[in-house]
Parts: sequence; structure tokens; C-alpha cells
Amino acid sequence: MENLRNLEDFKLDVLKEVGNIGSGNAATALSRLLNKPIDMGVPKVQMLPFEEIADKVGGDEQLVVAVFFRVEGEAPGNLFFILQPQAAKSLLSRLANIPSDDEDSFNEMEHSALSEIGNILAGSYLSSLADFTRLSMYPTVPALALDMAGAILSYGLLQFGQMGDAALLIDTSFLEGQNQIEGQFFLIPDPESFGKIFRSLGVPMNDD
Amino acid sequence: MIEEKSIIKVGMADLNVTSNPNSIRTTGLGSCVGLTLYDPHLKLAGMAHVMLPSSDIAREGQLNIAKYADTALPELFERMLKLGAERRRLIAKMAGGAQMFAFAGSGDTMRIGPRNVESCKEMLVDLGIPLIAEDTGGNYGRTIELDCETGVLNIRSVQKGVKEL
Repeated sequence: MENLRNLEDFKLDVLKEVGNIGSGNAATALSRLLNKPIDMGVPKVQMLPFEEIADKVGGDEQLVVAVFFRVEGEAPGNLFFILQPQAAKSLLSRLANIPSDDEDSFNEMEHSALSEIGNILAGSYLSSLADFTRLSMYPTVPALALDMAGAILSYGLLQFGQMGDAALLIDTSFLEGQNQIEGQFFLIPDPESFGKIFRSLGVPMNDD
Repeated sequence: MIEEKSIIKVGMADLNVTSNPNSIRTTGLGSCVGLTLYDPHLKLAGMAHVMLPSSDIAREGQLNIAKYADTALPELFERMLKLGAERRRLIAKMAGGAQMFAFAGSGDTMRIGPRNVESCKEMLVDLGIPLIAEDTGGNYGRTIELDCETGVLNIRSVQKGVKEL
């Protein structure tokens, strides 16, 4: 944990660039799917206290749609694609032609379509990271949940829980048109993955 | 003088105690367990938001005792006693310990919710405090609030609505 807290700005910049490349690819995939331009926010890389992570999507109790992937391979971690329910409904109607006005529930068809959309985006996110770092990274099958953000995101923090009360988060939002937040990618690399990512990019590590 | 009722918040990997007329609350429990102790005589309540079952796996420099079931429960118990609670009067209720994602990868992490629940139960047995009600498991998140006046534990979830224990 100590060396995570002391991550120099340079290393944070490297992680930001890693996030940038991954989400750039995912944004391209999304705009192809929707056939319209999707803007991407500059990724934020932060060491955040657990308490503040859910605030990034509106607070502990904010209802969100989350597609979760465990990232396996040489640099494991947790990846979430998070949407506000109305954004998920709008994605569904435009992408899969599934119109619906009930924002609080998603049927089996909608679940499956959202998982598939998440899968495409996560796949393009991770494959560009894998190319860039030359580390193997691949997602497990997607798991979808519609629930409180706190309950969902805490699951991604368990590996960090053994070491401290903060986690490193690479957070990118997508924008379509007028600042409407379409979705967010959260990559929470396992604590052990940082060294591997940095080494693969030629960043000198203290413990080498 | 009318006493103001306030809600004491307990964060993730955190614990606290309070007394009447307040209530105590924690939000967004997923695989974490919200455990409460209550002394009905003094209308005293304590709550811990437990994240992991055992501090054996801790690799952190300075241990956050509120995070692990095996360290949080004894601490909460001690803090209740300091405020005058008596062991024979204390009762426990708990909620949470869900499996948020049905498949979600490998082994231990996946079962963390049920393991948190088991570990809390073992600690309660060790402390000699009866668990009188629980709402645990499932695959959904919960927000809980214990009212010091009544000792009622209110549980809210997106999927299952409101429940009182």
C-alpha cells in the first residue's frame, strides 16, 4: 500500500495514458455501434478512499446498471461498465431496438442485450490495453446487476480491502451530445498488477 | 427541551455507537455485512459495516479493525460496554452478505458474502450475544437503519422493497 500511496505523478500519468488508450478504443466501438460520434472524457486516475468511489456515479444508494467483468491474465483486476438506468434504456432502444418505458426493471432480453453491449466495449477496452502493455488481459463472461452503486462497486474493492481503505481507480466517462453522461468505465487493477503494468511499459520500479 | 433526532452514518469498513433518540445507518451493503448490537434497556445501539471475514488475510500496515468480522465485533462490543451496556441484555441483528454477481470469477472472492455472514455468527457465539434476526444472502444490495427508540432494524433494497426486523 505504501508504494501505491506514493505513486509519483509520472506513474499516474502512465496509468492515465493506459486508461486513455483503452477507453478510446471502447468509445470508437460505441460510436460505431450507435453510428454517431461519442466523446470521451479524459480518464481520471485516482487513489480514492472506498467511501468516495460510489460518489463518482451519484452515491452509495444511486440505482445503476452495472456490467461487471473480472479481468484475468497477467494483470488481473475488476472492470465495471456503469450506466444510469435511463441511459441503459436509451442504449437498448437505439442499439437493439428494444423500446421500454419502465426504468426500474430490465427483462431477460434487455439483460442479455446489455451484457452483450458491455462485452463488446470491455473487449475493445481490454484488447487495446493488452496490445499496449503486451500483457495478456481478458474479461470473464459479463455479469449484470441493477442495484445500489455502493453494493455493486464494493465488490470490486475486496482485493484492496486486505491492504488498506483506498483503491486505485481509472475512471472514464462517455458523453454523447449535450454533456449527457452515457456511461462510465471503472478499471480497478488488483494491487499486484501495478508493478507488472509499469514494468511492461519500461517504468522503473523501486523494488526491481 | 426537545432532543433532536439525528442519523449516525457508518461508512464502509467503519463502526459506531449511538443512543436514543438517534438512529444509526449504513448504505449500499453488497457482500459486506451490517451487524448491529442493541441494549433495549439503555436504548443503545452499535453498528459495524464489515467488509471481510477475517483479519488473517490482512496485509495492510495499520490494521483497520472495523473492516474484519473477527476484529470489528469485539471492538463494537467493547464500545457498547463502555457506554454502560450489559452483555446479558445485548441482542444482535444483521443484514447483507449478498452475492452480487452470480458467477463472478473464481472461488473465494465469489463466496465473500456468505463467509462474512458465517464469520459474524461465529464471533457472536464467542461473545455470547444472541442473533435474534437476520436478512442475509441473496444477490441484491441493502441499506439498513436501526432505530434506538424501538430497536427495529429497517432494511431497504431496490429489488425487495422495505423490510423490518
